[in-house]
Amino acid sequence: MARLSIIVVERDRDRALRIVDGLMASGDHAITVIAEETGLARRIAEQKPDIVLIDVADPSRDVLEELALVSGPMERPVAMFVDRSDEQLTRAAIEAGVSAYVVDGLQPERIKPILDAAIARFHMFQKMRAELAATKAALEERKIIDRAKAILMKARGIDEEAAYALLRKTAMDQKRRVADIAQQLVMAAGLLT
Amino acid sequence: MSLSTLRLGYVPLIDAAPLIVARELGFDAEEGLSFELIRLQSWAQSRDLLGMGGIDAAHMLVPLPIAQTLGLGPVYPRFDLVMVLSVGGQAIAVSAALADAMRTQGHGFGFGDPLAARDALIAVAGGRLRVGVPFPFSTQAELVRRWLAGTGLDAGVSIHTVPPPLMADALAAGEVDAFCVGEPWASYAVERGVAALVLAGRSIWASPPEKGLVLTRDFTASRPEETGRMMRALWRACRWLDQPDNRSTAAEILSRPDYLNLPPELSERGLLGRLHISMSGEVRQYPGFIRFHDGAANFPWRSLAALLAQRIATVHGLDVNWAMDQAMGCFRTDLYRQHLRQAGADLPGASARIEGSMLHATAVASEMGQMILGPDAFFDGETFDPALAAR
Repeated sequence: MARLSIIVVERDRDRALRIVDGLMASGDHAITVIAEETGLARRIAEQKPDIVLIDVADPSRDVLEELALVSGPMERPVAMFVDRSDEQLTRAAIEAGVSAYVVDGLQPERIKPILDAAIARFHMFQKMRAELAATKAALEERKIIDRAKAILMKARGIDEEAAYALLRKTAMDQKRRVADIAQQLVMAAGLLT
Repeated sequence: MSLSTLRLGYVPLIDAAPLIVARELGFDAEEGLSFELIRLQSWAQSRDLLGMGGIDAAHMLVPLPIAQTLGLGPVYPRFDLVMVLSVGGQAIAVSAALADAMRTQGHGFGFGDPLAARDALIAVAGGRLRVGVPFPFSTQAELVRRWLAGTGLDAGVSIHTVPPPLMADALAAGEVDAFCVGEPWASYAVERGVAALVLAGRSIWASPPEKGLVLTRDFTASRPEETGRMMRALWRACRWLDQPDNRSTAAEILSRPDYLNLPPELSERGLLGRLHISMSGEVRQYPGFIRFHDGAANFPWRSLAALLAQRIATVHGLDVNWAMDQAMGCFRTDLYRQHLRQAGADLPGASARIEGSMLHATAVASEMGQMILGPDAFFDGETFDPALAAR
């Protein structure tokens, strides 16, 4: 069976490498990574891949949509989307955050292991991304709360512990989060000075 | 009262204003809803999320649900367009090099004359023009095709999909020579110093429907109550947006980091119809550059569905009669009448009209007496009667 040619569109080098690793484990493929969004359409058209994998949320997806439409049946098109007959696979892919453009006529049994591998990798990244965002948000909140505490300490001549207790009590009274109360306080203080 | 949450997807553009304003000014809560707004990066993503049930409704290019209905996309449940959210808002830009050449030849960059702009552009294009549009199925693609059709340049014109935030880059990299895109992305390219604006979309077609509210038919059929509430909340946001005093406020809200994340000064240009056509700050006033409500802008005319379907069918080799028929079925004038009458929307007597027939604003019969429509003329003088188009 001929090797399948796969293009992965991914700007983040580290992420791209890991996706490629995952795909390699699913079989012997010729895999190319495209990291540049400029010239994307041209480069894909030149390579005539069997499958293109790209993040569901990548802005360049609309460029692939166009390729999928314009390529005629004689030009080995990067045709449409995930295999039309397999709704479950499509859903799993999109939920994992990967969209696949598959050449028309490629047998489902050849596509599935590749997609399964891609889905597994993208799942992993989605989880990492969510964790990173949560860590970042927590850090931001920490900073805001510290600033709010400092404002209270200065304005009311209280110590840090008392300032935090005041923030927490206000939050509980108003059924809000401490970070939200802190944010409001910092904003209001900004207006007053 | 606890609010029921609905997830609405939008792509960052000034015409996402109705969703953002509804959320920020509480038009959603007035209807007992809480809109959760999801910022999306591409039209394909919007379509996929809606098709898969990841969002309940989408701010979507008007031709996109038509293409979906015609089978030009992945297999998803049917999409319904229940109301139009904006008309106009597009601008055509050319590269700095082409702009210089046009200026040298004496073009005045009036921003409102499609024939003058076209002639000036063709004269310097050297027989080839690559034009960027945001999506294969977009009002922009229709505007560009119409504008450049029948010119000597016909054979040299190619249309390419470029995501709106990347239009400036594509122009700078020489991948396209010109583009047509919704604001603020044309102004953004001007600010980057890579583009000059030559024309407003409304100069090609006085009433080009740009974005619509799109839901799956499963949703409109099984959750009619929430469909109606969502439509009323957005309709009120659209009405608020067309009160001239509110546009600057809208620009402020839209520009926040959560939404467009750009300087308000940039979003304001399209919303106020005060466009800087070049880096040197030449300003062109274009009243009504984008409309959200006035002139019955929100009504999903079935004749618009037929017109856009005819154009898409021709490009993609589909049966035109079948395509127009299918498309008219996904523009839900019935739901518009049912759900917006009680919000106080005036309703036209007919659900289809002859497109392109009004050179000026025109009063027509409506439920409340009279409503003002148009103008909706095409620059080439064409008129489109869906009854005549079906053969």
